[in-house]
Amino acid sequence: MRRILAIAANPLAALGLAFGVASIVIVISGENPLSSFGAMFAGALGSGPALSETLIKTIPLAISGLAVALGLRAGLFNIGVEGQLLVGGLAAAYAGYAIELPAVAHIPVCIAAGVIGGMIWGYLPGILKAGRGVHEVISTIMLNYIAFYLTHYLVTHQLKDVHTMAPQTPAIHPTAVLPQISQSGLHWGILIAGLCVLWFAFFLSRSVKGFELKAVGQGPDAARASGISVPGMIVLAMVLSGGLAGLAGSVEVLGVHHKFYDQFSPGYGFDSIAVAILGGNTAIGTALSALLFGALRNGAIGMQLATNTPKEIVTLIQAIVIVFAGMRLLGRTQAVPSPPEGEGRGGGPHG
Amino acid sequence: MKRVDIPAIEMLHITKRFPGVIANDQVSFSARWGEIHALIGENGAGKTTLMNVLYGLLPADSGEIKIFGRAVNITSAGEAIGLGIGMVHQHFMLVPAFTALENIILGAEPVRLGWTDYRVARTRIRGLCARFQLEVDLNARVADLSVSSQQKVEILKALYRDARILILDEPASVLAPQEAENLFSMLRRMAGEGMCIILISHKLNEVMTYSGRVTVLRQGKTIECVKTASTSPEELTRLMVGSDVIESSPKAQAATTLSPSVLTVDDLTVIGESGLPAVDLVSFEIGRGKIVGIAGVDGNGQRELAEALIGLQEATGSAILGRLQLFGLTTRERLDAGIEYIPEDRRFALIPDACIEDNAILGRHWGKGFARLGVLNPAAVRSHADTLIRKYNVRTGRPEMPVRYLSGGNQQKLVLGRALGRRPKLLIACQPTRGLDVNATAEIHNHIRTECARGAGVLLISYDLDEILALSDRIMVMFQGGIAGVLRTQEADRESIGALMVGAA
Amino acid sequence: MADLELIRSTLRLATPLILAAMGGILSERSGVVNIALEGMMLAGAFFGMLGSYWTGNPWIGVTLGMAAGGLLGLIHAALTQRTKLNHIVSGVALNIFALGLTTYLLRRVFTHAGSSPPVNGLQNWSLGLGRIPVVDQVIGDQNPLFYLAVVIVIGLGFMLFRTPIGLRLRSAGENPEAARSAGIRVGMARYLAVTASGVLGGLAGAYLSLGQLNMFAEGMSGGRGFIALAAVIFGKWNPYGAAGAALFFGFFDALQMRLQGQAILGITIPSEFMLMLPYVLTIIALAGFVGKAVAPAALGKED
Repeated sequence: MRRILAIAANPLAALGLAFGVASIVIVISGENPLSSFGAMFAGALGSGPALSETLIKTIPLAISGLAVALGLRAGLFNIGVEGQLLVGGLAAAYAGYAIELPAVAHIPVCIAAGVIGGMIWGYLPGILKAGRGVHEVISTIMLNYIAFYLTHYLVTHQLKDVHTMAPQTPAIHPTAVLPQISQSGLHWGILIAGLCVLWFAFFLSRSVKGFELKAVGQGPDAARASGISVPGMIVLAMVLSGGLAGLAGSVEVLGVHHKFYDQFSPGYGFDSIAVAILGGNTAIGTALSALLFGALRNGAIGMQLATNTPKEIVTLIQAIVIVFAGMRLLGRTQAVPSPPEGEGRGGGPHG
Repeated sequence: MKRVDIPAIEMLHITKRFPGVIANDQVSFSARWGEIHALIGENGAGKTTLMNVLYGLLPADSGEIKIFGRAVNITSAGEAIGLGIGMVHQHFMLVPAFTALENIILGAEPVRLGWTDYRVARTRIRGLCARFQLEVDLNARVADLSVSSQQKVEILKALYRDARILILDEPASVLAPQEAENLFSMLRRMAGEGMCIILISHKLNEVMTYSGRVTVLRQGKTIECVKTASTSPEELTRLMVGSDVIESSPKAQAATTLSPSVLTVDDLTVIGESGLPAVDLVSFEIGRGKIVGIAGVDGNGQRELAEALIGLQEATGSAILGRLQLFGLTTRERLDAGIEYIPEDRRFALIPDACIEDNAILGRHWGKGFARLGVLNPAAVRSHADTLIRKYNVRTGRPEMPVRYLSGGNQQKLVLGRALGRRPKLLIACQPTRGLDVNATAEIHNHIRTECARGAGVLLISYDLDEILALSDRIMVMFQGGIAGVLRTQEADRESIGALMVGAA
Repeated sequence: MADLELIRSTLRLATPLILAAMGGILSERSGVVNIALEGMMLAGAFFGMLGSYWTGNPWIGVTLGMAAGGLLGLIHAALTQRTKLNHIVSGVALNIFALGLTTYLLRRVFTHAGSSPPVNGLQNWSLGLGRIPVVDQVIGDQNPLFYLAVVIVIGLGFMLFRTPIGLRLRSAGENPEAARSAGIRVGMARYLAVTASGVLGGLAGAYLSLGQLNMFAEGMSGGRGFIALAAVIFGKWNPYGAAGAALFFGFFDALQMRLQGQAILGITIPSEFMLMLPYVLTIIALAGFVGKAVAPAALGKED
């Protein structure tokens, strides 16, 4: 029990501070933080449908949070989850409407398409870093913009639904839809998210590749001298991370929207950064953190309706959470991303 | 008034604590104008800490410092410099990308209308060079300079700021014997001009030859201050160590029959970053059970040679382990073939934030014994770590602890135990006992000899000539990427090795 | 004459990149990675607009924008130096913070709008070079912040390589230990450099809202802060090099605007691909020129 408290202390403190600062901002702009946060709480957890909606939002946050966490454990800062998510979502949508298969096969095929799409979008920054030393922060951010424009182009041209003016794909076939669990829209994606959490935990703690990935993240020099291929691990980590992000996009498309429409992601990819850091880059931590941010995002909508506090306050909370949770970067589970310009070899005698 | 009467510096009852250890415990130390005063002690005795306090890099917890009789409070390097104290650190404080000139004037730049007046600086430095007979290419980038030239830049830095008190921390550890002689002659000249020279060293021969007085520290306390002329190396050793030293077991008798080769290297060449060969057509052989020591000043290609053999560095030529050609194999394949590598920089051996048991399987973590079908076996990992800790006397809490909490000596023992425990055919050991005290060093030397008795071949790379002489069967001296000479240990002496080290033979 | 217009556009579009890149150089030369240029620009754009909105005077806006950027820079300095937060984490957090704060305030002040109403912007200055035909048309009549950018580039180049301050700043980024042992206050140098880089980032942002568009729209920095960082790397942390790189990126931005919808060699390139161009170019530039050996040696390292 004491260990759980010790581990939870840092994220809880970070959250507390973030809410504190957010309250100050709310007060300065002339609103009441208590009523704002109260409305947020009600909007998130105050009723059955609200809770359901929170869980629905948690699903993509959890999976994409794991994507970021996996990268961080390898010492890589994958800011490109948003773009990988878009590419994966579009791929899943395409497989969903362009092919016809019985449900038993169709759903896995669509999911596979989404994962592969995300993997490709993750592979690019991976190979750029491993082969050319391009720092992944900048390349993934660039690829986000490229993905945004690319998917926008595709859903207004080749992949567009001809029956409407809106920039979106045709609806996917019913056989590709992720079945619902309850009336309120909660779908099977939650099981997929749970499986991802389990896989993540197992991969990092028990598999040889996971061991090597952690080694590369925590001590790349020692890893290299121990026979681990650092470039290979970089690519593997980015591909897996991209794949998870693509999965997150697919699950959203297949379970919630049933098509890909332009800007369907309200920024899950960026939220996932805070989710991963707050969660300490662990499986359980990320899952809980995703739940929290799902609640915040869902509740913020209600808060904006009930009070005059815009929902962007959650973005502010996120930023502060990242700062305070990130300060504990010397802890066991968090890897330190390397600076953009590569590590220089020191000259002269060094200890 | 005779200046000699008032000491140049007096440090009275200095105490400095770090978490878990008292580095300086009521240490008192004084040095006079016009003398070379040696400050000696084992690693960890507190010499560097004491001088860092004097130079303002560390605040003392208590105690008093007097410069030329006046009590002072030194809180930064800037203040120390202002008081006339200069320090040449063991690990140079130079900016590799800057030129020698820029490094010398950094922080004390001459200014004209907002511009840096490089001309004035140049003139002044040339004057200093002439006066103290130092020669350095001021326009060269420090990264391109030799180690002894870099050291001259460090010294010029202090002289440029009118240092009257010069502290040198293990200056000869990076120099070949002849270069060290030149350095000490220069220091004698400076002392002759009235400067106060403080020499931190653990090399008794230099202390005996060049210093006027010696202060011995042991485990953070001042033991004694003696006149060099009235003491001896034996007495100094006793004062430094305080107890009997573990005798390392004598060298195993060299087998007179021809031993089959463990490693045969032919024309190994490594092209360095500058495009010039860092290792130039090196060829040698290591027989079963033999230790080949590579002597040489740091920076003559030893590191590149070791890395080429383990696969961390591109190279051409041939290196055959038993019957296996190493070039073309990945690092992993070479490890599997039976090579173990103890790197000079522990960054290449251990992951500080990972726990001991994870570090213990690094380099074999994929193999049977620890993993099946890509999945690790926690019980096997744990028991391996336990065995290692016991056998190699690694003092630690629990195997789940992160390695960063181990002391340097215990970390090194872990690295060594990991390598030796794998019964390597070839052990490449670079500076295996750097930073360790006398007892730990002897332990590790014994372990290495035991593995040799089992048939392993050892390539020992060390900048410590004593270690090379103690362990090797054969000594190769590397100079500027090539082998300057090969000597059988029985026939080797410091002068001939030293001459080879500077390319003067 | 359309080509002269292209050059004018290039200078116009490159100006915010140049300003932000100079900020990036200051910060990184002192050893602190600054991913937060994007957020500093965004903050500068918003508060620049706000200043002009409240007072009607765009120069007040510019000052306020610089202050906002500078404040973010100060926070970045404090987080990385005082609390030793990883430079990239700090930068990412500040970017998110700037986005959230500016959007939040935008909606609060202008009641749920996506962009602000128009405000008074900066008028071009005419240099009176009427007698030199080509030169006058290209640079004789530009936004004052462009002229300021030119001055800053030259000034920074001089400062970094020919003054003691520059030498000490660079030493903090190359080998802070050595700098300290020479008596230099590395912490103070970094605080000043990073705060200044925030000021320049804010200035770049103020140019966006007051020099180009005369309004603020949500997220209007559009990734330019990252492109400016790419210009720093591409230009090898040298002010002239980075300015050149920024002009290069600006040129392609101007080209994209001109070609929108038009056919080159008979092929119509969709506008989305032209819009993608700066980001693709950035990646290509980074992949082709790896600044590994050229970066300040202690950049991003904790000492």
